[in-house]
Amino acid sequence: MTLNGWLQIVVYCGIVILLVKPLGGYMTRVFNGERTWLSVAFGPFERILYRVAGTSDKDEHHWTTYTAALLVFNAAGLIVLYFIQRWQGELPFNPAGMPGVAPDLAFNTAASFVTNTNWQSYSGETTLSYLTQMMGLTVQNFVSAATGIAISIALVRAFARKSVKTLGNFWVDLTRSILYILLPICVVGTLILVWQGIPQNLSAYTVATTLEGAQQTIAQGPVASQMMIKHLGTNGGGFFNVNAAHPFENPSALTNLIHMVSIFAIGAALTNVFGRMVGDQRQGWAIFAAMGVLFIAGVAVCYWAEAAGNPLVHALGIEGGNMEGKETRFGIAVSALFAVITTAASCGAVIAMHDSFMALGGMVPLVNMMLGEVIVGGVGAGLYGILLFVVVAIFVAGLMVGRTPEYLGKKIEAKEVKMAMLALLILPLVMLGFAAFAVVLPAGVAGIANPGPHGFSEILYAYVSAAANNGSAFGGLTANTPWYTVSLGIAMLLGRFFMIVPVMAMAGSLVTKKAVPASAGTFPTHGLLFVGLLLGVILIMGGLEFFPALALGPIVEHLAMLGGKTF
Amino acid sequence: MSQSKSTSLIDARILVPAIGDALRKLDPRSLARNPVMFVVAVVSALTTVLLIRDVMIGGRDIAFSFQITLWLWFTVLFANFAEAVAEGRGKAQADSLRRTRSETQAKLLVGESRADYKIVPGTSLKVGDIVLVEAGEIIPSDGEVVEGVASVNEAAITGESAPVIRESGGDRSAVTGGTQVLSDWIRVRITAAAGSTFIDRMIALVEGAERQKTPNEIALNILLAGMTLIFVFAVVTIPSFATYAGGYIPVIVLVALFVTLIPTTIGALLSAIGIAGMDRLVRFNVLAMSGRAVEAAGDVDTLLLDKTGTITLGNRQATEFRPLRGVSEQELADAAQLASLADETPEGRSIVVLAKEMYAIRARDMAALHATFVPFTAQSRMSGVDHDGTTIRKGAVDAVLRHVEEATVTTGQPRASADSLREIRVIADEIARAGGTPLAVVKDGRLLGVIHLKDIVKGGIRERFAELRRMGIRTVMITGDNPMTAAAIAAEAGVDDFLAQATPENKLTLIREEQAKGKLVAMCGDGTNDAPALAQADVGVAMNTGTVAAREAGNMVDLDSDPTKLIEIVEIGKQLLMTRGALTTFSIANDVAKYFAIIPAMFLAFYPQLGALNIMALATPQSAILSAIIFNALIIIALIPLSLKGVTYRAVGAGSLLSRNLLVYGLGGVIVPFIGIKAIDLVITGLGLV
Repeated sequence: MTLNGWLQIVVYCGIVILLVKPLGGYMTRVFNGERTWLSVAFGPFERILYRVAGTSDKDEHHWTTYTAALLVFNAAGLIVLYFIQRWQGELPFNPAGMPGVAPDLAFNTAASFVTNTNWQSYSGETTLSYLTQMMGLTVQNFVSAATGIAISIALVRAFARKSVKTLGNFWVDLTRSILYILLPICVVGTLILVWQGIPQNLSAYTVATTLEGAQQTIAQGPVASQMMIKHLGTNGGGFFNVNAAHPFENPSALTNLIHMVSIFAIGAALTNVFGRMVGDQRQGWAIFAAMGVLFIAGVAVCYWAEAAGNPLVHALGIEGGNMEGKETRFGIAVSALFAVITTAASCGAVIAMHDSFMALGGMVPLVNMMLGEVIVGGVGAGLYGILLFVVVAIFVAGLMVGRTPEYLGKKIEAKEVKMAMLALLILPLVMLGFAAFAVVLPAGVAGIANPGPHGFSEILYAYVSAAANNGSAFGGLTANTPWYTVSLGIAMLLGRFFMIVPVMAMAGSLVTKKAVPASAGTFPTHGLLFVGLLLGVILIMGGLEFFPALALGPIVEHLAMLGGKTF
Repeated sequence: MSQSKSTSLIDARILVPAIGDALRKLDPRSLARNPVMFVVAVVSALTTVLLIRDVMIGGRDIAFSFQITLWLWFTVLFANFAEAVAEGRGKAQADSLRRTRSETQAKLLVGESRADYKIVPGTSLKVGDIVLVEAGEIIPSDGEVVEGVASVNEAAITGESAPVIRESGGDRSAVTGGTQVLSDWIRVRITAAAGSTFIDRMIALVEGAERQKTPNEIALNILLAGMTLIFVFAVVTIPSFATYAGGYIPVIVLVALFVTLIPTTIGALLSAIGIAGMDRLVRFNVLAMSGRAVEAAGDVDTLLLDKTGTITLGNRQATEFRPLRGVSEQELADAAQLASLADETPEGRSIVVLAKEMYAIRARDMAALHATFVPFTAQSRMSGVDHDGTTIRKGAVDAVLRHVEEATVTTGQPRASADSLREIRVIADEIARAGGTPLAVVKDGRLLGVIHLKDIVKGGIRERFAELRRMGIRTVMITGDNPMTAAAIAAEAGVDDFLAQATPENKLTLIREEQAKGKLVAMCGDGTNDAPALAQADVGVAMNTGTVAAREAGNMVDLDSDPTKLIEIVEIGKQLLMTRGALTTFSIANDVAKYFAIIPAMFLAFYPQLGALNIMALATPQSAILSAIIFNALIIIALIPLSLKGVTYRAVGAGSLLSRNLLVYGLGGVIVPFIGIKAIDLVITGLGLV
């Protein structure tokens, strides 16, 4: 590890921390329906949209209506995206003449983008037309991110409001996240990315003759417009197969920094929105601090493992860290940082091959996702994910102050515990369940590139990434087979919606409760003690169940390497 | 408070039958009430079947499998045992209660006359029947005195042998079946049918027969069931992962891992904690009508406390003589003492005592002075003496002033100067502002001065309130006094707020207001007019001396009728919740060490590298697994005393309470099993068990 490496990490963290308050304040005003400086431009348009849709920002909904709207909207998105892919061959903006996508792959990709996972069993530049990229994927990049934000806002309102039945209006929350938050940032960001050299055109692929005289096809297209939302909305689906490692997706140090910052920006700011809405910003900072500790710990382990390198390689007289699968222009520190960011948030964009990381370095992204992507997390999803852990932590430890557990004045009772547990159960069920089938089924084992524990990690990583709606791939696994496309598609849908419904049910129950005023006997939830408790619960409740699987994957691989054996 | 029913934690009379009960509780219907232990029983049964199969076909590692199976069953039995011990302590109390319920004969009145009754068995009485109970007889069932007054021995339920008075009308009309009339006779209208009397309910409560799971217990059970499911996923996927790695893991090892990971400790002790909480209340002579009320007690934000008897001693006492100008203190004291000699009220006696202590004025013989006592009446609102043509009166200031005025009117000449009238008002105001009650003294129409009667705030009560404040509980004093007096006493006692000139209506309003703010309110009361407020409060403690209406309205009954107990009730509620939280945390934190014991042992055969995770250096894979499962079972036994006794509650802020408990039960829960498992490993390898 180098000072320069750590400096880059510190600068990154500093920028994110500085963004939390201003962006949080702005987003709070947006979701409270207050005027912002963009209201002049978008206000009238927003109202026209509501009138056309037959709703109004005065219309507030019960959690069931809110959830139904959300599910219907996402189901429609799934169907539309499926058919755009299937019929892309007949549709315009297809200069490369891509044929329709196969049904299983189309299902996988549709599920992937609707759930904000952006797992890519396909290779963008050889599979999808520009129309599919723009109207299909980019649109879902926006709306799936907005869906996540809307859910988190509904849950925040459940804590902030007292004794009411309504959580807000899904259509309004969706519209506002896109119109006031995602779009403006993306427009500005995209222009910067274009300035930095990311292509934005509808031209056919360029065929160039290289110096050796070989023919090379250079893929391009409307890349920049997808890049900004891909990171800002923690989507992660690259325009090209190698994702942000491709020079057209990530041409410079500046674009790389913009990518990394935008992955965390909204998720981090949402903690502040939470604090502001419940009337005590310290509550938001406490959650942010818990996320921060886990993040820094992950970065430290991953950077250490990669910088330390492979002792077996050192034995051959080659000094230095592990550069396999990394680009020299990014180096070890930034590659490790990016890997942790992209899996802490549920982005999934990559600039290096996680498959080629050291066993322990590769375990960090895996653990980040197993914990349910609560370290900043996917936009919205990270906040509601960590709030589930908060509810459980408060319930277990809150009893220890001798009161029925309460968080922000809301009593945590049977209904909340039930819903939180249902939401927390789905991830281990899907991740471990599918992996257990895949590692013994011939169709599953056929996909792996390496034998032994490393191959096990490849399969495990795929299902963990899918269920956590991350979308990053460990690499090595051939995932474009019917078994993987279908099972991963199902895993993504289960991991997204079987979590959302209990979260919304919990919100519906919380919002009706009156708030107990805090007293000296109330468990304080803004201090270091609470942060420590929350960390303990996240690691024990969210992590321990994966210990056997980790032992059989990265841990044994690491120990075997120390013993001189690699896979 | 009676401690006669207390039983120590280790008592053979409870422990021995509990062993039998533990076996009886293996009945699946009883196990099914507890999801975690039910799952353990199911997998124990599974391993038993596998063990039998192995024995028949002569499989390997029979001794190891046998020991694991044995300890799995012990885990279930220990949980049953914990519950049985908790219930056993209640049963001991129930038995003594049951003895009082022995068959009684009742004199059922059939006509108007007292002699017109027929003897029927007590159990045949219906609600609304009127029975006659005479001296020496047992009251056949719960009821309300409709006629007569009697002294009643209620030792059967309160443990207090001093008789209490029960009379018709007023706030002391409720009688309890099983108690004995000592003198006189009463007519009682029966208010509870056989089987649903107070004692019946008490027996059911302490035995735990009617135990309903409380809301928090239900929520905790859901959490535990959820965690059990998570570990089901973690464990059932292992065989497939092992197959991929080219290994095989015996079912018995998987079961061992599963049972050690699921929260068996708290699962086993959960119901014992609940029963013990109720039991602690009963030991305090408080009966909770439901476990829900006990939990609510822990959450109380606002305590409404009656001034008299809770904050102040029941009676006011004379503390000072304030003579008018031109009157000596001695003269005032002398007159006041003389006026009070025959006054049997506590206030009157305190005046005599004060005169003796301060001015050495000794008691005089009333007869020798030819004095006649003039008692207090509601009309005159004064009392005093007439002797040798002299009249001395003491009483409320306005009453005395009216008396002086009347004398002026009859005699035609002013007896009191305008100055002395003004002066006496000034003194009276001063005393009232200080929280006291002024009593004016007049001798032959001449105003002498004022006696300061003071409400004596109970010793140590200020500290109690400070403690409550640290617990985050607001105290509100309820009093019939005027606001000025109330404010003075409130300040002296250190309560947070007061409600002066309290009426049943404004008490109810106060409770509703607090509840609207989201607060939980506890109060105690005894009169029928308290019933609405008792019913409205989240925790309503009715005094046993109170009326039937009050007892029905409250959700707890204090058998000692001691309103200060509200504070202890809150602490017991908090203790119950804390014990649950502490053991849940401990149970979950234990998992870390168990993983480090079992995971390396489990995978060692095909991934020897994982031996590096065996940080406890356990002897062999088998000894590691066995040690973990033994630790898991023994920790239940080790924690039974804590679950029955409860985690000690300290009245410090929530923050420091939590950090302390997190340190002890959270961090302790991580560390203890590492030491315990290692120790067990040393023992079992030393004994050659594996």
